[in-house]
Amino acid sequence: MLEVKGVSAGYGSFRALFDVSLEVRAGEAVGVIGPNGAGKTTLLRVISKIISPTAGTVVMEGQDLSRVPAHRVVEMGIAHVPEHRRLFPRLTVEENLRMGAFHPEARRRFAERLDFVYELFPRMKERRLQMAGTMSGGEQQMCAIGRGLMSGPKLLLMDEPSAGLAPVIVQQVFELVKRIRAEGYTVLIVEQNIHQVLQVVDRAYLLEVGTIKQSGASADLLASPEIRRAYLGL
Amino acid sequence: MFDSFLLESIINGLLLGGVLALLALGLNLVFGVIDVVWICYAELVMVGMYAIFFLYVYYEVPLPGAITAAVLGVALLGVILHRFVIEPVLGTAPINQLLVTGGVLFFLQAAATLAFGIEFRNIGIRMPVVEFGDMFFSFARILAFATALVGVLLLWLFLTRTYLGTAIRAISQDREIMPLMGVDPRRIYLITSAIGGGMAGVAASLLVLQYDVHPAIGLSFGPITFMVCVMGGLGNMLGGFVAAFIFAQFISVGGYLFQIEWGYVIAFCFFIAMMFIRPKGLFSR
Repeated sequence: MLEVKGVSAGYGSFRALFDVSLEVRAGEAVGVIGPNGAGKTTLLRVISKIISPTAGTVVMEGQDLSRVPAHRVVEMGIAHVPEHRRLFPRLTVEENLRMGAFHPEARRRFAERLDFVYELFPRMKERRLQMAGTMSGGEQQMCAIGRGLMSGPKLLLMDEPSAGLAPVIVQQVFELVKRIRAEGYTVLIVEQNIHQVLQVVDRAYLLEVGTIKQSGASADLLASPEIRRAYLGL
Repeated sequence: MFDSFLLESIINGLLLGGVLALLALGLNLVFGVIDVVWICYAELVMVGMYAIFFLYVYYEVPLPGAITAAVLGVALLGVILHRFVIEPVLGTAPINQLLVTGGVLFFLQAAATLAFGIEFRNIGIRMPVVEFGDMFFSFARILAFATALVGVLLLWLFLTRTYLGTAIRAISQDREIMPLMGVDPRRIYLITSAIGGGMAGVAASLLVLQYDVHPAIGLSFGPITFMVCVMGGLGNMLGGFVAAFIFAQFISVGGYLFQIEWGYVIAFCFFIAMMFIRPKGLFSR
C-alpha cells in the first residue's frame, strides 16, 4: 500500500534521515521504533508531506506523492495523527472531528463517520461540546485518533500516541490501537515505547540516527539480543 | 428628573458603537487568523467610499449596485493586499508586516489625493432624521447599527457553522498541521483577506451615508478602530465587539456631559488606563 524508497530528509543543514526504505502492506500494522531523535517523526512528516525529502520517493497505492500537494495527501487515504496530538484546543471535540472531515468526499460522509467515531469512543460523544484543550491527555488522544478516522483513511499514521501520558493511560492508548487494528485499518505507528508497541504491531523497523538498523516480525525483534540489551533493559 | 438628552446621547452612543464594532471586526478577523495588522485598514474603507461615490454620482449606478460593487471591489483589494504585499513578508519579523501595510496606507492616501484631489465629496443623499419623543436620531446611524449587527451575526454563523469558518478558526490555533486536515493554508488566508476586505467595504457603504469622502478620512476613524481592537484584545472578536460599545459610550455621553472634544479625551484616557489594567485586552485569558 505504502512504499518509502531511499528517502533522505532534514531541516536546513541538519540531516535527520539517510536513505530510508520501508513498506506497509494493506491490512498490516507496522511499527517504527527507536530512540528519541532517531528521525521517526521526520519520517512520518515526509510521508504526509509536511516536509519534502531531499532524495527518494514515497508511493501510495502506486501513485508517487512527490507531485501531490501537502493538503491533498489526506485525500489519497493517508491520515496523520501527529505527535503530541495537536488538537485545536479552543475548538470543541466535534469541531475538531469536523476538521478531520474537511475534504469534499469526507464531508459527504461526515454524519456516518461521526456516528462511527462516537461508537468507537463513547467518551467523545459525552464531551462533544467541550473545548478539546480542556480534556485529559488520554481523551485528547482519542479525539486525535477520531479526527484522523474522520477523513476515511486507508492508512493511519500515528506518531508517539503514548507520549506524555501517565503509565495507566499509556496502556489504554495501546488498547485503542488494537481496536483501530481490529476495525481493519492499516496502521503505521512510530513509538519509543518499544516493548508495548511490539505487542500490537505485526512487524517493525528499528530506526537509529536516521537509518534503518534492523527490521522484522515483532516476535523476532522482541527476541533480538541487541534490542533486548539496548532498549528493553533485559 | 428625566433627562431625555442624556438618553438620546446614550442611544446615539449605541448606534455609533455598531459601526465601530463592524470596523473592528474585519481588522480583528485578519489579525486573529493571519497574525498581521492591516495598518491600512481605514484606507481600504476610504477606497470603498470613493468607489461608491463615483459609481453613484458619476456613473449613476443605483445605490444598491454601487454598494455591492464596492464591497466586492474592496474584498478583491484585500486579496491583492495579502497576495502581493503581505505574503512575501509572512514569516519574517512582525515589524516588516507593519511597515509594508503602513506603506500601503501612505500609498493609498497619496494615490487618492493625486487621483481625486483634496476636496470633500458627498454622495448627496439626505437621510431622514427619526424623531422619537423629543429625541432625534440620524436614520443613517440606525441603518448602520442594524447592518453592523446583521454583519456580526452572519460572520459568527459563518465561523461556527461551516467547514471553511471552522478552518479559519482552527488555523489561528495551529497552522502547521492544517495540511494534515486537507486544508491549504494559503487558500484560507486569501479567503480571510477577502472577508476582511469585504467587511471594510460594508463599513464604507455605511460611512459614506454619514460622512464626506476625502483622502485623509481614514485618519478620522482608523486610530479609533485600532484602539477598539487593542482594548478588546487584538484578534479577540468578542472583546472588540464589546470594546466598540464602551468606547462609543465614552465619546457620546462624554461629549454630551462636557464637549464633543472632551468625549474623545475621556475615551482615550480610559483606553490608556485599560492598557495598564488589562494590557492584553478586556477578556484576556
